[in-house]
Amino acid sequence: MIGHRVHRDLARAISAVENGITDYRGALAQFAAFGGPPRGSRRADVIGITGPPGAGKSTLVDRLIEGFRADDATVAVIAVDPSSPFTHGAVLGDRVRMQRHAGDPGVFIRSMASRSAGGGLAPATRDAVRLADEAGFDIVIVETVGVGQVELEIVAVADVIVVVTVPALGDGVQAIKAGLTEIADIFVVNMADRPGANASAVDLKHMVREGKRDIPVLQTIAQDGTGVSELLEVLNAKRNGEDTNAVRAVRFEVVRRARDEAVRRALATLDTPDAAAVLDRLRDHELTRNDAIDALALMLGGPAHAH
Amino acid sequence: MPIKVLVAKPGLDGHDRGAKIVARALRDAGMEVVYTGLHQTPEMIVNAAIQEDVDVVGVSILSGAHMTIFPKIMTMLSDREVDDIAVVGGGVIQEDDIPKLKAIGVREIFNAEASTQDLIDGIERIVAETGRASTRSAQALADGTRVPDPAR
Repeated sequence: MIGHRVHRDLARAISAVENGITDYRGALAQFAAFGGPPRGSRRADVIGITGPPGAGKSTLVDRLIEGFRADDATVAVIAVDPSSPFTHGAVLGDRVRMQRHAGDPGVFIRSMASRSAGGGLAPATRDAVRLADEAGFDIVIVETVGVGQVELEIVAVADVIVVVTVPALGDGVQAIKAGLTEIADIFVVNMADRPGANASAVDLKHMVREGKRDIPVLQTIAQDGTGVSELLEVLNAKRNGEDTNAVRAVRFEVVRRARDEAVRRALATLDTPDAAAVLDRLRDHELTRNDAIDALALMLGGPAHAH
Repeated sequence: MPIKVLVAKPGLDGHDRGAKIVARALRDAGMEVVYTGLHQTPEMIVNAAIQEDVDVVGVSILSGAHMTIFPKIMTMLSDREVDDIAVVGGGVIQEDDIPKLKAIGVREIFNAEASTQDLIDGIERIVAETGRASTRSAQALADGTRVPDPAR
């Protein structure tokens, strides 16, 4: 049973991870909300909502909460807004559109500032999603910051990704073509009562037809709920269908971890006396830059690249 | 780590220019500010404060309903055993009422004369006095204690 106590524990666990007080496992061990029976293979379905700023992502999330709650599913929302790179401050306003659910114990909403991360999520978003899953929520919705083309971190977190755009953007479809196309499982043209909505939807459908995957293109007016039941239907079908995103998400995460580990090892190697000796010889013109790179790459255990 | 503040606007009063100015000033001071929007019930404010795990809740009331709304918020927080989130108020609040509000646990009242810098200084002082929720979590972790009573 999700209740106020679970909300409190989950909230504090997320803070602890977000502020580097403990890691994910430490948070699980510390808070009673995670002390229930193991969830086994029954995991939360994680829905990612992404798209450019002002496309109506938060309003759409509000409608999705309404729809899932009508089916008695419990919902946790992690909504990310940008931090100022200058002051590190942030105004987190996604909640404004969802506040009518604030009295519902079956709904947990958490805003996160993006802090140092640049991938459309916050550094602790992935852990926050796992914690909400462990706390027993049926569905976790992750709303990214308003994104352009390259903020694709959501891939590693969500089972299903909804890319939201609006007709008024015009160039928005171009942006999607260049960047978000590969990660979308569902396209939504929101604010479909605005001029150009049909044209945007047709553009997207043409683009989908040229690609390999079958991606539904829907139109919604999140403000009044038009088209949301169709979106819910598609989402529910994806939830019950095969886990097409698992492979993609796992690949993304494995590559990222490998990259982080490789960077860590490279930096550690560069700090060794052997590496310092090579760099000294480079400084004294005894080695060319390429020779130095090859020598250092050998220390890393990898083959030296031919230049 | 930045101080996290909830800026809330309860009741029927629809004037949130002040709340938005406050949100922005706190952001510029390096805080993470959650804004709830208008027309919040005390329950919505308390739930948001808990879910967001903020350090401070700032409640803006211009309608004169402060002697109704603050007691409800304070009672609800204590019913939920939340004692580490500080509540402060602002707006149009009579001098006579300030001691009464402080007596029920409201930490500070920033009236119309307060500058945004007064507000920033006040919040930083309160957080310094109270300590951060996450710091206490760390202490609990070091002590090996667990938050009891899973209601799931």
